[in-house]
Amino acid sequence: MKEYDLVIIGGGPAGLAAAAAAHESGLRDILILERDNELGGILNQCIHNGFGLHTFKEELTGPEYAGRYIEKVQELDIPYKLNTMVLDLAADKTVTAMNRQDGLFQLHPKAVILAMGCRERPRGALNIPGYRPAGIFTAGTAQRLVNMEGYLPGRKVVILGSGDIGLIMARRMTLEGAKVQVVAELMPYSGGLKRNIVQCLDDYGIPLKLSHTVIDIQGKKRVEGITLAEVDGKGKPIPGTEEQYECDTLLLSCGLIPENELSRAAGVELSPVTSGPLVNESLETSIPGVFAAGNVLHVHDLVDYVSEEAGAAGRHAAEYIAAGCTEAEYRTLPVKCENGVRYTVPAAIRPDAAGDTITLRFRVGNVYKNKKIAVYAGDACIFSRKRPVLAPGEMETIQLKTGLLRDCPEAAGITVTLEEA
Amino acid sequence: MDKIDLICIGCPLGCPVSVTMENGEVKEVTGNTCKRGDAYARKEVTDPTRIVTSTVRVKGGRLAMVSVKTASDIPKDRIFDCVKALQSVELAAPVRIGQVVLENAAGTGVQVVATKNVPAV
Repeated sequence: MKEYDLVIIGGGPAGLAAAAAAHESGLRDILILERDNELGGILNQCIHNGFGLHTFKEELTGPEYAGRYIEKVQELDIPYKLNTMVLDLAADKTVTAMNRQDGLFQLHPKAVILAMGCRERPRGALNIPGYRPAGIFTAGTAQRLVNMEGYLPGRKVVILGSGDIGLIMARRMTLEGAKVQVVAELMPYSGGLKRNIVQCLDDYGIPLKLSHTVIDIQGKKRVEGITLAEVDGKGKPIPGTEEQYECDTLLLSCGLIPENELSRAAGVELSPVTSGPLVNESLETSIPGVFAAGNVLHVHDLVDYVSEEAGAAGRHAAEYIAAGCTEAEYRTLPVKCENGVRYTVPAAIRPDAAGDTITLRFRVGNVYKNKKIAVYAGDACIFSRKRPVLAPGEMETIQLKTGLLRDCPEAAGITVTLEEA
Repeated sequence: MDKIDLICIGCPLGCPVSVTMENGEVKEVTGNTCKRGDAYARKEVTDPTRIVTSTVRVKGGRLAMVSVKTASDIPKDRIFDCVKALQSVELAAPVRIGQVVLENAAGTGVQVVATKNVPAV
C-alpha cells in the first residue's frame, strides 16, 4: 500500500477544507478517508439553504456548499478513498482501515487530521421511559431518509429537542405532508437559531414548548402516542402538567456529540466539556502531528467556521511536515474560562508558534444580556467587546493579537470571562 | 388598524417587533433595536418571501433523490403549491448542479434548479 504524508480521517466539510488548504500550503502527498459512498459528509442531507454566507457571500444549500469543496479537491487531484472505514488510530499515527477494494490495510502518515464530525445523542442517552417501538428517530436519521432516500418516516410527528436539525425537520416533514404537532424543549430556551424558529416553526404554526419533555412513549410495535410534561427549574417533570399526544413518530434533536472513538483509542487528550480533543493554537492535539478540526473538535453552528478552522488545521499540518515533523519547545499559556464561558478552542496558546492573530472560539452556558467579553493575559486586559446578547446556541468568535501575549507569564495564563457591560 | 407581532431574525437578539398596519400600509414599527429590524418587519408584513428547498426523484442515478431549490425567493403563500408541483417531477440521471428541474414553480415565474450532482449508474 502506498504511504502518504498526511492522512485526513473524514471527507465532510472539515476534511475537504483541510485537504485543500494543506495542498495550497505546498503539501502534495495527501489522502482523505471517507466511510460514506460520496464526499461531502452531513452537508449532503442538509438540503435547506443558508450555508456559505461568510465563505462565498451567497446563500447556498448544503449539497451546493459541499459541491464547491469537492470540486476543489478534485481539481487539485487530491486522492480519496470512499466506502472506507477507519478502524483504529494508534499513538504512533498508524491508521488501520478497510474497504472492499484494498481489504484491511495500514498507513503510517507523518501527520493526521481528525475530521470525523459528530453524532446525534440517541434515545438510549436520554432516559425516556416507555417501550421501544418503531417510529423513534434522531432528527438527522429522518433527514437522511426524507432527503436522500426518499422515504417519509411518519405522518403524525412530535419532536423532542429544539436543536437546528429538529427545527429544520419540523418544516421538512410538514412540507412533505406530515403533521408536526409540537416541538418540546427541556431547557427554558431553544438551542436552535432564531431564524430557524421563525422560518421552520412560526411559518407553519408549529408550537414550541419550552421547559417541556417527553415522560412516556406509548405503543409496542409502533409509536402510538407520547406524554409531554412541563419541567421545573431542575428539569424534573411537574405532576399535573401532563399532556397526551397521539403520534406515530417521535424525532429526537437533543444535542450533538463529537465522534472521538478513534481519538480516544490513540490516547488523544479530550475535553470533558466539548468531548472533543484539547488543542493548541495550531489545532494540534496532545499527540504531536495529530490535528483536529470541525465538529469532531467542538460542535459548530455554521459550516463556514468549520471550513475556516479546518483550513487552519490543514496549513498547520503542512507546516509540521515541512519542518521535518519536529517542534521546538514553546512557552504554553493555558486558556482558563470563567463566568459562564464553558470552554475555548484552543485550550492552550503558544504565542511564539502563532501568527499575528489567534482565533478563539467559545460557547457560553446560559443566555446572557448586556455583557462584555473580556480576555486577560495574566492581569492585563488584552481584549474586550460588548455583546447585547450571548446564548448557548450561538458560538462566539474573537481574534486576539499575538503580540499582546508575548509578555504574559506562563503560570498566570490567559483568562476568558464575561463581565457587566 | 391592525397590529402584527413578529420576531426579528436579523441577529440572535430576536427582538419582538410590532407592526401597526392601516389600509394595508405600514404605519409604525416598534420593538426593534436597529434598522435591520425595521426593514425585516416591513418586508415580512407586506411581501413575505422564502427560498424553497425540496427533493425530486431521479431515475437511473447513483442516488434515488436529488435536492432542489427555487432559483430566487417566492411568496410565502406559494410554498406548498411549489412543493406539490415538485412531487410529480422525475428526472433522468445524470443531473448537474444548476440544471432546471421545473420552469415555472407554481405560477411564480421562478425556476426550480438542482443543487446536487447525481451521476448516472
